[in-house]
Amino acid sequence: MRNTILWSLLGLVALLMLPWALPFVLPANEAAFWTANILGRALVFGIIAMSLTFLATYGGFISLAQMMVAGIAGYTLAILVDGAVPHILGGFGYGAAIPLGLLAATLMGLLVGAISVRTRDIYLLMITLALAMGVFRFIETNIAWFNGYEGIRNVVGPTLFGQDFRNPLVFYHIALATAVLLYAGILYLVRTPFGLVLQGIRDNPRRVAALGYSVGLHRIAAFGVAGFIAGCGGILSTIYNIGISPGSIGLGATVNVLIMSVIGGLGHPVGAFIGSLIYTVFDTFAATIYDRDRFNTLIGVVFLAIVLVSPDGAIGIGARLRRLLARRP
Amino acid sequence: MTIQITRRAALLGGAGLAAGGLAMPAIAQNAPIRLGGLTTLEGPFATGGQDAYRCVQMELERINNTIGGRRIEFIRESSNAQADVALARARKLIEQDNVDIILGPLSGAEGIALRDYSRTLTGKSIVNGSSGASDTTLRNPSPNFFRFSTDGTQWMAGLGRHIHGLGIREVAITAGDYAFPYAQVFGFNLEFCRLGGKVTQYWAPLGTTDFTSQIAQINRSNAGAVIVVHGGTDGLAFMTQYAQAGGSKPLVGGSIMADQTMLSARGPHRRVMMGMLSGGPIADIIDDPTWTDFVARYRRRWANEGGFASPSIHGVNYVTNLYGILAGLRAVNGDLSGNQAAFQRAMAAAELTAPTGASVKLDHNRQAISDIFLNRIEERGGNAVVVAFDRARAVNQTLGMPEAQFLQLGSPSRDNAGCVA
Repeated sequence: MRNTILWSLLGLVALLMLPWALPFVLPANEAAFWTANILGRALVFGIIAMSLTFLATYGGFISLAQMMVAGIAGYTLAILVDGAVPHILGGFGYGAAIPLGLLAATLMGLLVGAISVRTRDIYLLMITLALAMGVFRFIETNIAWFNGYEGIRNVVGPTLFGQDFRNPLVFYHIALATAVLLYAGILYLVRTPFGLVLQGIRDNPRRVAALGYSVGLHRIAAFGVAGFIAGCGGILSTIYNIGISPGSIGLGATVNVLIMSVIGGLGHPVGAFIGSLIYTVFDTFAATIYDRDRFNTLIGVVFLAIVLVSPDGAIGIGARLRRLLARRP
Repeated sequence: MTIQITRRAALLGGAGLAAGGLAMPAIAQNAPIRLGGLTTLEGPFATGGQDAYRCVQMELERINNTIGGRRIEFIRESSNAQADVALARARKLIEQDNVDIILGPLSGAEGIALRDYSRTLTGKSIVNGSSGASDTTLRNPSPNFFRFSTDGTQWMAGLGRHIHGLGIREVAITAGDYAFPYAQVFGFNLEFCRLGGKVTQYWAPLGTTDFTSQIAQINRSNAGAVIVVHGGTDGLAFMTQYAQAGGSKPLVGGSIMADQTMLSARGPHRRVMMGMLSGGPIADIIDDPTWTDFVARYRRRWANEGGFASPSIHGVNYVTNLYGILAGLRAVNGDLSGNQAAFQRAMAAAELTAPTGASVKLDHNRQAISDIFLNRIEERGGNAVVVAFDRARAVNQTLGMPEAQFLQLGSPSRDNAGCVA
């Protein structure tokens, strides 16, 4: 236990220092690119994937609606904040619009949880997918509130301590801080009575109900928590992308989040970040490594290989290696 | 335990060093100009994207990949027609691949996203590929974004006037319920309603497969013609059902309706599409030596490597924009120093001839003023082809209206379809 905390702290320090270490191995512009567009992007995707991993690991619920919930936060921010193009409502600064976005995502998470409360397994998967696609189609065709297919642009993010939010260093550290806080929050939450009941529901919902706990309410609350986490990712990705359009929450994006969670491993929240890092690196460089017309093949093969070699994802590979090493005398 | 950690650390360090070494760019004397290409090789417009790269490659091969004594290195990237993916790829091209100029993207929302991104850059230029949303250059233009191709509203120039000239006073418009059809309908209405024409609009979301109720209403109405601003499978579905319902009103198409992808598909729609009028930046047959030569070279180069019978609209748009880049580079002799200021000035002042033979120059928003063709679908040698029979010259982004007045009309949308008398 103490060992784990020590390693986690060491890892955190390493991650904090990484942007300053990168220029030693890469030219300056590439170091900035890696900081914001590989590591920063991986952290943002990782947060959204972690909301799925949280539900899957501790509740046994695989929800395909997490990207849509993240998008609700992003759209709320884009609708409310001053300076967005086109101007929909406006009138809010980032200080107010971001919490409202998070609130909207949490409410949407609760709603998804409430609608899907009686379903499990493949049916839960289908109903969350249907919700995600329904919202996606609605947003894509609604002009008055969401500006349809083109989405809302020019969400540039707040200025912090005189620094532009999208400055690579600032963005990376905010994404990192958010990810670490949420990650620690999840690890804390699952040790609380709420978290224990959630894990009880995962293992045997009937027994939990017999003990007098409301399975439905706990499930809905868990979706609300996941909605908040996804919302944090949605806000960050909207500012990173200087806006949001329906493509960001479409079927492709929805499936990508699932892929990240699965290749990272659904056994522990850290898997989401490992998965998103692998995904981002391959998504960015596959076209450089492999034929440009066929690079999706490479991405597919890599993902297939990870899942084949280790059904529990990249963190499963780690566990396997550790077992292999331990077996040696 | 300690040994394992050291080994692990050593491995990690080694891997890091190796990665660093791989990523290090080759530093050469008289470094080449790095041109980044961004188009869609996946998603709904993949075939258009492939053709865009075909045409660009052909034109770069023609100048031996050299301009002003500097080699042009073309780095290709691909998106899937989604704004956030296009943005991630553009960032990779600029920040990782270190390109000087981006040529792309292909579709509307991507164009707006890249326009916003270009504003955050210094010393880099983004030149449009084939994206046609008017707001990309009309509202909040970016000083680093150039578009030598025309937009969806411009593509309808002359069509409304022509239809009115045929004595048709009332039309039914059926169109997709998203940005590109809005722009096209806006362009048509602007002319047609000004001349006193009356329009009834029928909107259908992208991906509609059943148009029967719409067709029934249209056939009962007094409309003298039907304007069809659908594309792809939606367009095919409308045309097929219109033919099956015995529709007999003259048809007029949007710019992606009268297209080889529609004409080469089999079915009853081909009968009703014969004689269909449309407007757009290209046609299969244009009576212009520049175009004839371009088509001949395209066929020679790509006939055996998957090329179309005739270059696509996306290929032509990408090449037109490439010509803009090359004109700028030629004027400054390949010199991109001074944060590209001289190069960007040269591009803004460039006057060129598009592969179609249309002359192109830029307005103060760095948006093309160019020629638009009026087309008719005809039978030639047993094949249906799009033939240009007239051209509107030097069409600007506001279709000749003063810019302030045009901006006052607001962005095209289903509630603002440009029908102002």
